Amino acid sequence: MKGVRHYPGFLAATIACLLILYVPLMVIAVYSFNGSTSITKWSGFSLRWYADVFTGPEAERFGLATWNSLSIAIIAATVSTMIATAAALAMIRGGSFRGRQATYALINLPLMVPEIVVAVATLIFFTTIGLTTGYMTILLAHVTFCIPFAYLPIAARLTGIEPTYEQAARDLYATRGQAFRLVLLPLLGPGLVSGWLLAFIISLDDFIITNFVKGAGMETLPTAIFGSVKQGIKPNIMAISTLMLGVSILFVSLSYLVNRRGRTAA
Amino acid sequence: MAAPVNSQSSGNQTYGELVNRLLLPTWLVIGCLLLIPVLLMTVYSFLTKEFRGGIEWNFTLAAYEQFFITRGLFGDEPPQIEWTYITIFWRSVWQAALATLLCLVIGFPTAWFIATRPARIRPVWLFLITIPYWVNLLIRTVSLRFILRDNGPLNEAMMALGVISDPLPILNTDLAVQIGLFYSYLPFMVLPIYAAVERFDFALSEAAADLYANRWQTLTQVVIPVVRPGIVAGCILVFIPALGAFLAPDLLGGAKNFMVGSLIDEQFRGSQGNWPFGAAVSVILMTLVLIALLVQARNASRGQA
Repeated sequence: MKGVRHYPGFLAATIACLLILYVPLMVIAVYSFNGSTSITKWSGFSLRWYADVFTGPEAERFGLATWNSLSIAIIAATVSTMIATAAALAMIRGGSFRGRQATYALINLPLMVPEIVVAVATLIFFTTIGLTTGYMTILLAHVTFCIPFAYLPIAARLTGIEPTYEQAARDLYATRGQAFRLVLLPLLGPGLVSGWLLAFIISLDDFIITNFVKGAGMETLPTAIFGSVKQGIKPNIMAISTLMLGVSILFVSLSYLVNRRGRTAA
Repeated sequence: MAAPVNSQSSGNQTYGELVNRLLLPTWLVIGCLLLIPVLLMTVYSFLTKEFRGGIEWNFTLAAYEQFFITRGLFGDEPPQIEWTYITIFWRSVWQAALATLLCLVIGFPTAWFIATRPARIRPVWLFLITIPYWVNLLIRTVSLRFILRDNGPLNEAMMALGVISDPLPILNTDLAVQIGLFYSYLPFMVLPIYAAVERFDFALSEAAADLYANRWQTLTQVVIPVVRPGIVAGCILVFIPALGAFLAPDLLGGAKNFMVGSLIDEQFRGSQGNWPFGAAVSVILMTLVLIALLVQARNASRGQA
């Protein structure tokens, strides 16, 4: 009875959906290899705009922004993964406790509040407590909104691991620390990697919140790109965008593969 | 048989005594850096604005008054309803609702199609849908701005095909914003509907077909009522971020097609800003979102019953 699952036109809609999602990305990737100075005319394949990204007049500005983006993303992903792991242990291996529902709501709060509202609230908070906006405020904001993204794959993975493994370890006189380090942590590995990678991309991609709390003179890659785009889309922006696109796709693919391998192994 | 049951229940409490210590970092970080800031923002919306973009700690309703009421250019006329900001909100709600509808029209068949593929191939299809979600939204919006320009690839292609003779001005219109919102949040619609359709018991469709329901009747009277929680979840996931969107209206809409996100952003830029007013607009936006979430929560609990 394949018949009831088949609706005419649904395949066409799916193809349309994929085209809508991918064509704009492909267009920008193709035009980043355009040899012409004008973004309108196509004048043959060239890597000159990629060279321009690394050696051109804006190279230093983009280099600094890239460094800020990467270091913030690495620190924010690491810290939020640790916080999310602790939270997942309590939520999934902590039995029932008072405030469980409230904690669950709190973990998901960054996903519930519109980004622009998070940005406003965070800026007002930092200004009120007198923290100068800059690298540190960006980092604190990123750690906060990365937590739910790190939490999701870690909690999903932990739910799938039977508590019996740790119990066996405890029965054989392992301390709780040993049972965690030697038994649970290796099993949890794929979830941790996946959570870290997602948090990393989310941090790397953020524009709205960063733009509010970055302060003057401080740039991450997205805010630097935004600043340039406001003056018109130049070919070097397309090259930089294509590079970022590649990094995002690479990391999501890694996260996906790690997760899948973990699932078949468990 | 009591022993294994006992150890099973204690197994889920391995970290029972440590719960407070394990959750402390989460409460500290999200509590201090998001929950308290949101409350503080609400307080801010009742403060007095100072010149040069600062604030004074005097409580007033001025920000909300500015939003809803006008007293003329010099403030000496009888109070009337201020339509400027209500219009911006109305445009945002309208644009977000339309984007939600369009995402549903494309997203539902896509989710259905993927969910009815063989189990081995499904993850690949899903992966294809999720990739664009993880690609930087700024870059995706920039690429649309590039494509929709007067002499961009879209207009060039249409002119080459002879569909139009002069470039269509699409950029800096409501239409461009709509395309941007639809494109930005399309993956959000597919995923929850997919999850619902995947769990759908197709024996129900077969039963309907056996009872002489045609495809359309089966879809509208059997399938859609069952997968409705997934559809509602998808609509919420598109509607909420679209309502507060900043990049699409800013990069594609230009100055005339303001949405809430740009209105808020403007209040925090430079010395022209008005922080209490920006906070008040944020509070109003957050309230709208909260209402949407409550509707969804009620819907989800009804779906389970």
